[in-house]
This record gives sequence, C-alpha cells and structure tokens, in this order.
Amino acid sequence: MSSGRKGRHVGSATGPSDQADGGSLGRPHSATYLGMPAFPQAAAVSTRDSRLRSNLRHATHTIRAKRAQAVAELADWDRLRSAGAAIKDRTLRHLDHYLVQLEESVTRAGGRVHWAADAAEANRIVTELVRATGETEVVKVKSMTTQEIGLNEALERAGIHAYETDLAELIVQLGDDLPSHILVPAIHRNRGEIRDIFRDRMANWGRPAPEGLSDRSADLAEAARLHLREKFLRAKVGVSGANFMVAETGTLVIVESEGNGRMCLTLPETLISVVGIEKVVPTWRDLEVFLQTLPRSSTAERMNPYTSMWTGTTDGDGPRFFHLVLLDNGRTDTLADQVGRQALRCIRCSACLNVCPVYERAGGHAYGSPYPGPIGAILTPQLRGLASPLEESLPYASSLCGACFEVCPVAIDIPEVLVHLRERVVEGGVVTLRGTRTVIKPARRHRAERAMMRAARWTFDHPGALRHGQRLLSRTRGLLPGRLPGPGRAWTDTRELPDVPAESFRDWWARTRGDAT
Amino acid sequence: MNTAASRERILGRVRRALADVPHDELPEGHPVARDYLSTHGQHTPIESVDLLARNLTDYRALVHRSDEAGLPVLLSRLLAARGARRVVVPTGLPDRWLAEAPVDIVTDSASAALSPGELDAIDSVVTGCALAIAETGTVVLDAGPDQGRRSISLVPDHHLCVVRIADQVVDSVPQALLRLAPDRPLTWISGPSATSDIELDRVEGVHGPRTLEVILVAGDPRPTSAYPFDVRS
Repeated sequence: MSSGRKGRHVGSATGPSDQADGGSLGRPHSATYLGMPAFPQAAAVSTRDSRLRSNLRHATHTIRAKRAQAVAELADWDRLRSAGAAIKDRTLRHLDHYLVQLEESVTRAGGRVHWAADAAEANRIVTELVRATGETEVVKVKSMTTQEIGLNEALERAGIHAYETDLAELIVQLGDDLPSHILVPAIHRNRGEIRDIFRDRMANWGRPAPEGLSDRSADLAEAARLHLREKFLRAKVGVSGANFMVAETGTLVIVESEGNGRMCLTLPETLISVVGIEKVVPTWRDLEVFLQTLPRSSTAERMNPYTSMWTGTTDGDGPRFFHLVLLDNGRTDTLADQVGRQALRCIRCSACLNVCPVYERAGGHAYGSPYPGPIGAILTPQLRGLASPLEESLPYASSLCGACFEVCPVAIDIPEVLVHLRERVVEGGVVTLRGTRTVIKPARRHRAERAMMRAARWTFDHPGALRHGQRLLSRTRGLLPGRLPGPGRAWTDTRELPDVPAESFRDWWARTRGDAT
Repeated sequence: MNTAASRERILGRVRRALADVPHDELPEGHPVARDYLSTHGQHTPIESVDLLARNLTDYRALVHRSDEAGLPVLLSRLLAARGARRVVVPTGLPDRWLAEAPVDIVTDSASAALSPGELDAIDSVVTGCALAIAETGTVVLDAGPDQGRRSISLVPDHHLCVVRIADQVVDSVPQALLRLAPDRPLTWISGPSATSDIELDRVEGVHGPRTLEVILVAGDPRPTSAYPFDVRS
C-alpha cells in the first residue's frame, strides 16, 4: 500500500465502530459510511487490533480451504467460470435490452417495476411504498444494495423501523456497527462480544435475550431465533435485494442459509426488492451456471441451505404485492468504463476477500463501503467516482498478488482494474459521473509524484547530471535522514529508505572495467 | 409514483455507456460457450439415489428409506419419535401417508390458509417435493398440490419431505432447471436451516425448520397408479 495520505481526510480516525451514537427513540441508529477516512488511516487502526486480526485470520483461512475443496469437486470449474463471465458480459453489453425485457416479464407476472437513478430516489420510492401500506416497520433480508443506499437510515427518518433478520446483520445492527464482510458481516466479532451485544441491546429492539445467555454459538442462534420470530410473524412488509433476476421469465432469486430470507419473502403481504441493474441475467438456463459457482465460492457448500425463486406474485401463496426497484446509483458510470465494467459481473460471493492478504490484515471496515476487499477496491471508486481521499486510496489497497482474480467465479481481473484505476487517480482523464462525461484532474497528492517522475525522466536523459547527482549522494550519505522530508514523507511512512552505496554502479564499473561512459 | 423519467434516464445512460458495442451486435451475438458438464460423473439410478442420500446427510438432513407400502408406518414412527401432535399438510398430500399417525392433521390450502401465528403452533409439516438433486443434496419444492404454500414448510420446526425415487431424482443442477417451471414459487432446500455467522462455527437451525427429514421412497406412493415411468435421462 503506497497511499500514506496525511492530513486531508475530514472523518474520524478512531475507527468506524465509534461513529454512530444512540438515536432519538432510544433505538440505535445504524452506523454510516459518511466521512470515512482513506484506506491507509483506517487500516493503520485496524491492523493494530490483534483480536480483529485473529478473528479475521481464523475465518478467512478456514473458508479458504473449504472453498478449494468444494471447487475441486467439479471437474468443469474453469468452464463454468468462463461461461459465468460470458453470460455476464452478454448481459452487460446489451443491458438496456435485458432491463426492458425484465420489466415486461415482471409486470406480466403481477409485479410492479420502479426505476431509481440514485440512492436518494430509491430511498424515496421504498419509503413511499411502505407508507402506502400504512405500516411503520419492515423486515429485511440481508442486502448490500440497501446498505449502499442507506435505506435503513432513510426509513428511520420517515418513522419506519427496518429490522435486519440475517444473524450477522442483526449483530451488526444491534451493535451500532458496520458490516465487514460480504458473506459474514460480523466476522470481526467473536462470540463473547456477540453475547454481550445480545444481552445489552436486544431488549431495545423487541424480545430481550434469554436470562443467563451463554456464548455458545447454538445458544446465540437460538436467542436470535426467538427475538426475530415475533417480528416475522407480524411483518406486513418485507424488503430484500436479489442475487439474480431472469429477464426472460421475470424470476428473482435469493440464496441464503438461515431461513430469514424465506420468512421475509413469504410471510409479508408486500415485498419490495431493491436490486442493482447489473443483477439481471438473460435466461432461466443461465442460472445453471451461477447456482453451481456461487454457493461453492461463497460458503464453500455444494448448495446453500435455501434458495428462493419467485416470479411476480402467486395467488394464495406469499406476498400479494411485489415491487421491484431497479437501481443505477453509479452502475451505468461503471459500465461506461471499458476496462472497469467487468466489476459489474460480480455475484457477491466474497471469495476474493477470503484469499486477500490485505483484507486479512486490514479488515472490512477500512474499505469504507458495504463492498470490502478486492472487489470493493474496484467497485466503490467506480460506483461513487473518485470523490474523496477514500475512493482515491482504494485502488492502492492491494499488493496486486492476483489471488482474487484466480478465485473469482466470474473471472473479474481485479488487478487489471486496480492498475487502471490507479492510472486514473494519478493521471486524471475522462470519466462518466452520474451519466455525464467529465474530465477529472490528477489527485492532488499525486501531482508531486508526477513532478518527480518528470524530473527522473530528465535526469535519465542527461547522463552527466545523473553521474554528478549519484556522486553527491555517495559523499553525503552519512547525512541522509531515515525519512524523506516534504512531499516524500508519506512514501517513507511505510518504507525504509534504501541505503546509498559508497560508490555508484557506474563509477564501480568504470573503475573495475577501466572505461568510463 | 412516476419513475418513467428515471427509466428513460437510466436506459439512456446505459446506451451511451455502451457506445463501444457494435450497433449490429445482437444480444445473443456475444458468445457463451456451454461446454461445461451437464452432470458430474455417470451414475446408475441406484448410485444417484445413494449420492443424494450421502449429500443430504452431509448437510445434516436425516435420511430414511422406505417402499410404498411402508411409508405410512415410517411417517407415523418419525412423528411419534419427535413427539409431534399437530401436523400441517397440503391439500394434495395422499391421505394414506398419515393414516397410521396418531396426530391431529391440519390441512392448509389457499382458501383455508393458516396464519403465520397458527403455523407457529404446529409441530411438524409433511410434504412431497417437485424433485431432488443428487450432486448437491437438494430437494426442490414448487408449491404443487402435495407441497402447498411456501409458508407451511417454513414456519414449523420439523419438516418431513417425501421423495419418489422412481421419477423425482435428477443428478445435477442443469437437469433440475430443465424440469422446473419458473412461473411457480420455488424453494430449494439443502439440509436444515444453518448459520456460520458466529466465528464461522456452523449451527444447524436458525429460522427455517431446524430438523429436516427426507424419506426416499421406492415405488409410487401416490394413490393413482399412472406411474412409474422413469423420466431421468
């Protein structure tokens, strides 16, 4: 990581978990991603947290090994991976066609389709849909899209309480916390911390934790079951995302493990699904690829415990009203970048997080968005634009080791996009921002770097100057500081300055081979 | 509310973003090679059923085998072992299946639908299935007459699911999708509800049924004997 960016961010440097406080109703507000520090500052905090690192190391290594085993069971894995990438590319190259087809199919099946250009519009649509039901609470299936748009906070402002029902999301919500992993959002919490959160917070939200709750996983899961069951049974409105939307049939698909998804998709009268436009796939048959690659990449299972598929509404079974909110919020901007658009293939499996040496040490919060890890490092700067030091720093949150690309079930070349985005940060250039082509300038911190590169080019073009410079350095090497002054200081935050030799290579060559250049 | 303007805005942005895609490229014009396998390994029907049983067990479902004649006794025994008193069934479940079971049978239908609260007071649910997938250890429900509304196999804590070996076992996910109807609400079930959210320690049973028992039945347990024909390929 080379981005030692000091003194520019405006957010708290004390770590994301400190950022939110109690709400006006004695009910905790969720933490938000607003004003998050750039990756290096956040990572500098998280990498010093030894418990976090040990939780992360244990979790990522466990699942990494299991995934490798699950993938090895399929002799045709590489072909499934190529087919998955090709299906997503086909979709993206004709996204307008498939979105219109999807809209027709969903409408024909009894659903209503809404279009949201950005987060504010999506939140407004969902809020009005909930209000129209007269309800003041909703149950939610784990959904990164609704985290991306800050839906829970928007609903809370409208007096509507959103209850997260995935166990890990419940832990995060009760703990005023932020998710730190795509698949296991509370991966940064150990069971003792979870027990404390349940004991101290459940009563504020509904049924309290059982007396004398232990920190055994089974007891904690039981406490969550009891706490949430009363909410499921009375829920009139469910809110979800979706893993896939099939254009030709109008079918939505959600994969999950706990059954909270089934509860939210089946018991309420009204279901509102907020889904990114890139989640569409052309045909029913295309699911045969992703339903093989997603579970094995994600939970390392042959198949996840529950997969729900629904097409519009069904008389007498499940919700009577179904609303699909199609969300752009930066996806079309990402699509406009011919190198970067492959990030939209992502099926949110989290395999790239689990193999990433940077994620393993920095943790999910340092990425400053619901999309952590390598995929977050290329998705967040594209969805939001290079809007702040955080987004500018994310393409550098990688050693470019390539492990993420190897495990990606839709073959996203994450290192390629990282390098592409670094170039964008350093050189500036033409990007699409909220649908408009815009020229952005190089990031300020990188202007000094560019000036240095220009100076270096001049020096290498002028051998005499290089020779004199090297001799000067050799003679004064005892006086050189351990850290660079001025704009170079950030570089030496994370690096040792190399020792300057007593004699330059050129001088040594001239002395020992006898013929100076 | 009217989101027509946003619809046009988003579709316009998509079209501008895709300026590099040749205008004459059809959606199907971008190639997708389907050279992956339709099944993993060749299995005889008996091997497929064994694989299904193994994979179901691996994910902590309880697997039982029976023939057509023995099914009512087996179901009765399993419900008794569980201590189940009230059992919900869909309208199309053959009466014979629970003829031996000393339980109160509550029939759920779209016109006489149990509320979520009523379902919460039920001990067990007995259903058939649309098909089962051997390679993944999955049973799929499609809300057919012997499966009923999705909520009846969700809210009770104990699910007994009957699979006909003769015509309901397929090997793979691709084979399953070929046989399923997208316009029906589908629930794919691979073992009981589970979570690994706490320190990645797998715990069976959060919100869905914490006990899943799958009964693999030889012969045709349905009252009409228009079957069995083997539709597996």
